Amino acid sequence: MKILSEQRTKILFEKLTKYIGVNVKLLIDRPDGTYCFREKKDRVYYISERLLRLAQTVKPDHLISAGTCFGKFTKTNKFRLHITALTYIAPYAPFKIWVKPSAEQQFLYGHHVIKSGLGRITENTPKYQGVVVNTMSDIPIGFGVAARTTAECRHADPLATIAFHQADIGEYIRSEDTLT
Amino acid sequence: MGRKAKFDDEKKVKKGPGRKARKQADPIFKKGLIEEDNDIKKLSHRQKQRAARRAKKKTELAEKRKLLKQAKKNVAKQKEVVHPDNSDDSSEDEEVQGFTDDNKEWLKPKQKGKSVQKEPETESDSGHEGSDAKGDSIDEDEIDKPGNEKYKLGTLDDLFKDSDEENGDVDSDDEATGSSNKLAYNSDSEEEKSDDDDDGDDDMLPIEKANLKLKKKQKLDKKLADEEMQLNIAKQDVFAFPSEEELQNPTSLQDVLQRIKDVVVVLSDFSSLKEDGRSRCEYTDLLLKDLCVYYSYNEFLMEVLMQIFPVQELMEFLEASEVARPVTIRTNSLKTRRRDLAQALINRGVNLDPVGKWSKVGLVVYSSTVPIGATPEYLAGHYILQGASSFLPVMALAPQENERILDMCAAPGGKASHIAAIMKNTGALFANDANKDRTKAIVGNFHRLGVVNAVICNYDGRQFPDVIKGFDRVLLDAPCTGTGVIAKDPSVKTTKDQKDIQRCFNLQRQLLLAAIDCCNAKSSTGGYIVYSTCSILPEENEWVVNYALKRRNVKLVPVGLDFGTEGFVKYRHHRFHPSLKLTRRFYPHTHNMDGFFVAKLKKFSNVIPEPVKDEDDEETENKEKDEQPKEKAEEQSKENADKKSEVEEPKKQKNIKSNPLKRPANSSETQLPKKKKKPRKQKTKK
Repeated sequence: MKILSEQRTKILFEKLTKYIGVNVKLLIDRPDGTYCFREKKDRVYYISERLLRLAQTVKPDHLISAGTCFGKFTKTNKFRLHITALTYIAPYAPFKIWVKPSAEQQFLYGHHVIKSGLGRITENTPKYQGVVVNTMSDIPIGFGVAARTTAECRHADPLATIAFHQADIGEYIRSEDTLT
Repeated sequence: MGRKAKFDDEKKVKKGPGRKARKQADPIFKKGLIEEDNDIKKLSHRQKQRAARRAKKKTELAEKRKLLKQAKKNVAKQKEVVHPDNSDDSSEDEEVQGFTDDNKEWLKPKQKGKSVQKEPETESDSGHEGSDAKGDSIDEDEIDKPGNEKYKLGTLDDLFKDSDEENGDVDSDDEATGSSNKLAYNSDSEEEKSDDDDDGDDDMLPIEKANLKLKKKQKLDKKLADEEMQLNIAKQDVFAFPSEEELQNPTSLQDVLQRIKDVVVVLSDFSSLKEDGRSRCEYTDLLLKDLCVYYSYNEFLMEVLMQIFPVQELMEFLEASEVARPVTIRTNSLKTRRRDLAQALINRGVNLDPVGKWSKVGLVVYSSTVPIGATPEYLAGHYILQGASSFLPVMALAPQENERILDMCAAPGGKASHIAAIMKNTGALFANDANKDRTKAIVGNFHRLGVVNAVICNYDGRQFPDVIKGFDRVLLDAPCTGTGVIAKDPSVKTTKDQKDIQRCFNLQRQLLLAAIDCCNAKSSTGGYIVYSTCSILPEENEWVVNYALKRRNVKLVPVGLDFGTEGFVKYRHHRFHPSLKLTRRFYPHTHNMDGFFVAKLKKFSNVIPEPVKDEDDEETENKEKDEQPKEKAEEQSKENADKKSEVEEPKKQKNIKSNPLKRPANSSETQLPKKKKKPRKQKTKK
């Protein structure tokens, strides 16, 4: 567990801002103790300082995970958010997409959200904005990037992609091994 | 839990046939056919009157006929029979009156024995007279069996009583009250009865008498038939012990099952049902072999199971181990509530119910149209598939918020996430597992379920005290042979042997000691260790706990579960600490959950007492030797261990009585620590 380099911190926060906007600071300034981002084998963990101190007693070789894994840095030094970050992203995300029950399964198998499966979309969603995908019963099931603005969606073709798939909770089953 | 119990009393399912279902009327029996007419209804006034009239008419009719017959008979008799004393009188009388009081006197010598049914006086009796010949034979039977008479009197008496009331003229002491009457009949001598009967008979119609007689006869027949039947049953039930040849030749499974059932019956009442010259051992051996064949267990495991359960319970256990337990899910209280989840799943076409009153988060799934492990709710972490028995250790552990808790063998994280949910993501949870591949499952489950207060690490549990100590609570769900979850993994039936069990409980002991060492006795809220296994073998459960009780400053406390059976205090030659009663066992056949064992320990001092050498130690050492491939030496050492343990039993109990803080010092004390460390080092190398 090491502290993120300044460059990587910047990359991470840029990425997070795409999804949760200014709410990023809520992740840092929390009423219930201080939380921090730590890096281990290119993976970024979000963990409370108190737990971090305890976790540091465990030797790095034996430490599998601590706190919540947000994602990992690729070899090209880009940050990729994992589905495991959904716990923190979903409540803070200002822009959301709701998918119809018929389209839930499609999305959970890694497909993009298409117009016919679109249930609702937040007003004024800009193009290429990071969005959280919910079911109609408000269960977050993943996140992605809006392919069109809300206005464009109205007149889109039924098969047009509304949001690009990035991560979905089906990955817990599909790729359990690569989550950490 | 698995059964569809009434969890909510409000929703009552309609019972019985539907509105349009046709129902066959109850059969109607003639009054005379129903035997249990002890409480005959009182006749109404009109009915009485009618009955009296009817009776009168009948008797008159019968009388006429009889007179006619009698006249003929008497004529014949007069010619034939010449009685020594009364012949003159009777013949005269009969000629004149047919059948009178004098006649009765004449009849008496013949009827003396027939106390009950003989009718002394009235004209109405004449109707009976005709069937005398037949009646005699029955009466003789009755004389032979006074006991038979006794229990019929109850009904007779009632009849008499009614008729008495009807006429209102008979007034005897015996018949003051109905109940006293009956008692008198049952207990008193024959003569009294005959008196009563005489009284009663006055008011009986001939047809009634005939009916009574017939009933008597029927009862007698039935009794005899019953006796005969019982004799037959007894004869059939004597189970013939199969010969050597029969045992040699394999038979069909049906036959084996039948033989198992027979032997179980014999064993249940051994002294009366056994075959002469056969010992109990022979029967149990036969049963053992048959059970192994039928349920495809290996002999070793079956033998162990037979030592744990009595025969009847064993059969239930084996049957229950064949069928899978119901699928249960645990609501993740971090993300949703049980009611919301149940509603969401019902909407998806899942048929479910709460698991029982004892759990607020469990749901039983009866049937589902969708894969229950892949619904969006599952993926969103609203629930986890978890056996009902897995709730128990966590409930026993009773985690509190802001505590530091360790789950030593956590994979795949079901129980650990339950702990986190109860702690509401506060405090710190260490989830450890020795298998690195399986820790991935913990990571996946924790993230899915939204557990954020956890550290997941990969240590051998035995080394954990070296890493971090001072936990408020420790859960040790130790690896075991899995004899409680045979339904889940049938390979257990054949793959486990003595060696496996030894290896298991040896590891369990070390893990439990490590778990106790990790725990902080001075914790203000905790200091508890919960030990659980999914095995039902006492070697892996009570014995391990007993071992820890002697070596660490811990005591057993109630597990806080209001069901389950008590742990063993005695098992074969072992005598465990009496407080092992506080542990709980769960069986598939009694609780419809996987076989499970839960023990809750409270640590009262962080001091590790100096170990004492006793039979447990020696056995573990023997086992260490065993693990090195020396097959022959192994058996010997096992035998030695058994002998030693038998010899040292009384000594062991003394140890228990003495204060656990102050261990009796042995001369070999100084050497021991080294010896104890040895095996551990060996393990770590592996």
